[in-house]
Amino acid sequence: MSNAEATVTEGGAWINGLQERGREVWARRGFPSMKDEAWRDTNVSVLEKTPFVPAGVAPAKAAAELHARYTFGNAAGAEIVLVNGRFDAALSALSKLPAGVKVMTLARALAEENGLVERHLGAYAKIERHAFAARNTSHLARNLEAGVLVHVGKRKTCAKPLHILFLTVPSGEAEVTEPRVLVVAEENSESTIVETFAGNDGALYHTNAVTEIVGARSSRIDHCKLQQEGRGAYHTALMNVELAEQASFISHSLSVGSAVTRNDLEVLFNGERAEATLNGLVLANGEQHIDNHTLLHHEKGQCPSHELYKHVLNDKAVAVFMGKIFVQKDAQKTDSKQTSKALLLTDTAFMNSQPALEIYADDVKCTHGSTVGPVDANAVFYLVSRGLSLEQATHLMTYAFAADITRRIRVAPVRARMEDFMTAQHGLPQDLRITEEAAHDVALL
Amino acid sequence: MSLLEVKNLHAEVAGGGRKILKGVNLSIEKGEIHAIMGKNGSGKSTLCQVLAGREVYVVTEGQVLFNGKDLLAMAPEERAREGLFLGFQYPVEIPGVSTSYFLKAAVNEIRKHKGEPELDAMQFLKLVQSKMDLLSMDKSFMNRAINEGFSGGEKKRNEVFQMAVVNPVLGLLDETDSGLDIDALKTVSHGVNAIHQSDKSKAILLVTHYQRLLDYIVPDFVHVMIDGRIVKSGKKELALELESRGYDWVEDEVAGAV
Repeated sequence: MSNAEATVTEGGAWINGLQERGREVWARRGFPSMKDEAWRDTNVSVLEKTPFVPAGVAPAKAAAELHARYTFGNAAGAEIVLVNGRFDAALSALSKLPAGVKVMTLARALAEENGLVERHLGAYAKIERHAFAARNTSHLARNLEAGVLVHVGKRKTCAKPLHILFLTVPSGEAEVTEPRVLVVAEENSESTIVETFAGNDGALYHTNAVTEIVGARSSRIDHCKLQQEGRGAYHTALMNVELAEQASFISHSLSVGSAVTRNDLEVLFNGERAEATLNGLVLANGEQHIDNHTLLHHEKGQCPSHELYKHVLNDKAVAVFMGKIFVQKDAQKTDSKQTSKALLLTDTAFMNSQPALEIYADDVKCTHGSTVGPVDANAVFYLVSRGLSLEQATHLMTYAFAADITRRIRVAPVRARMEDFMTAQHGLPQDLRITEEAAHDVALL
Repeated sequence: MSLLEVKNLHAEVAGGGRKILKGVNLSIEKGEIHAIMGKNGSGKSTLCQVLAGREVYVVTEGQVLFNGKDLLAMAPEERAREGLFLGFQYPVEIPGVSTSYFLKAAVNEIRKHKGEPELDAMQFLKLVQSKMDLLSMDKSFMNRAINEGFSGGEKKRNEVFQMAVVNPVLGLLDETDSGLDIDALKTVSHGVNAIHQSDKSKAILLVTHYQRLLDYIVPDFVHVMIDGRIVKSGKKELALELESRGYDWVEDEVAGAV
């Protein structure tokens, strides 16, 4: 297929060079195997053995139904919808963008913002280390309609979340989509960006995403990723974030869907006093396999980073958390804290948690901790001693374990989406949630 | 028939661990307030936990009757639904779950057990309002996560508040006074007294280190626990004597009697 690869012929022909680089790396690396250190816990041989084809056009009705389930509606400041790797103008809602904030496909961006895209696209994704990202890059030209540019201008703020919604309606054939997101947050800007990946259950399909985020000096980015792929899906995704001086980045990575997921999330501190919070929640059951690799790369000094990943594993689910903190020689006064916690609801669920600290500076504070275990028996006893049944108490404690992450999410529709999912999963009523509305009810007394 | 009848109760840590209760005898009538005092490690808290059904302890000998029923045969939630309440020494923090939901679920489980109709949200809010006033709780409290971010004193006050809401016939309060400053101690004591006086049949068992609590909640009986046994019982004056003389003289007295 490589000889017949699409190219860009006018306005943005530079893309061909980037694509060629991706192709070159992919040709050299190919599919990762479990012999690769970074892939030894996650088996993606299905992706190599199965001949995947680019996803075809989804039936409009199925796309609309899927959209209805995952749209944020009025809660979003703007919503760009891509179905089976194609921009869907009818489902998207891009008319209410605040001044100075742009959300558009890469195809359109090449026409309107060519200089900006050329400067940033491919500049942050570490494709040398990430074969699937190289593969994504090798198909860039044909996927420009599956690509999104978010640009937040200097000192611009966008209070409501910008929602990028990637939907897949699987046809039954093994299909792949390769979403690409570029977020450029200029100096002193503030933005909230949500990427949702969702699809119908059943068939095998592959989503191979790359997201690049660059935060200029003193920018603030609140990012959420909701992975709600269909249960037959393979989801591989690289997100590279680069932060300039005093930039702040908050990430909530929420994985509940797919058969197999591999997320790589990397943050490069490229300026002093930048700050990052990486929180993650994995809710897995059946035979789901969810692998999160994170890298906090402290290149410059005085950057705090906080990381908390929690996993709730039922049935035969497996989760992997590999958290690396890399502190360069000049990154003095780094303050980094990493925690991974897993709740195992069965004896057959499995958690593989591995912290890795590589520190070359001498004046730093780095801590990591990891716990794996069943529901806290002391807490369950507290609840049953008040009259709740053991089953109710176990559901509540499982909910509470996960809610420790969701309560940190400041993006209301994302938090609601997750907590709805959690209450439904545990057969709990929604009124256990701590909400503004409930506070209001009490205040009326 | 006594409300609670503990006969020769022996218990140890599950899995063949340490023996902690070594023959406790205790009888509590409806309407009474009892206090158990003793040094750390004497088995006071374990007695409360065993009565409430904590599974980390196993009963190896003895019997407990609660309202004439075999308490030890009941699951912990059944004990609660039958009207036993344990106020924890270390209440648990549960993020993400509102106190309001938790308490409503508890109240309704108990009501279902008694064959009473469940309360809806508004009926429940009415019920808790008066109890919140009783313990000077802020209204925002009901929409806060259970005990999350509470100070030690707030957690204890919350325990007594919960006791007021679920309305048990026997309240076991395990060191509810520890960690309280004098104002919080007064509030909590006021709450306990009000609950006790609201219904003549209610009984309270206080476990405490300090006589100070008993200035505010006056017990009918005081028991001294040493090495897993109640070795001496008396009226409230016994607490004052323990306060001034310590526990050694009781130990000597017990040793002398053997």
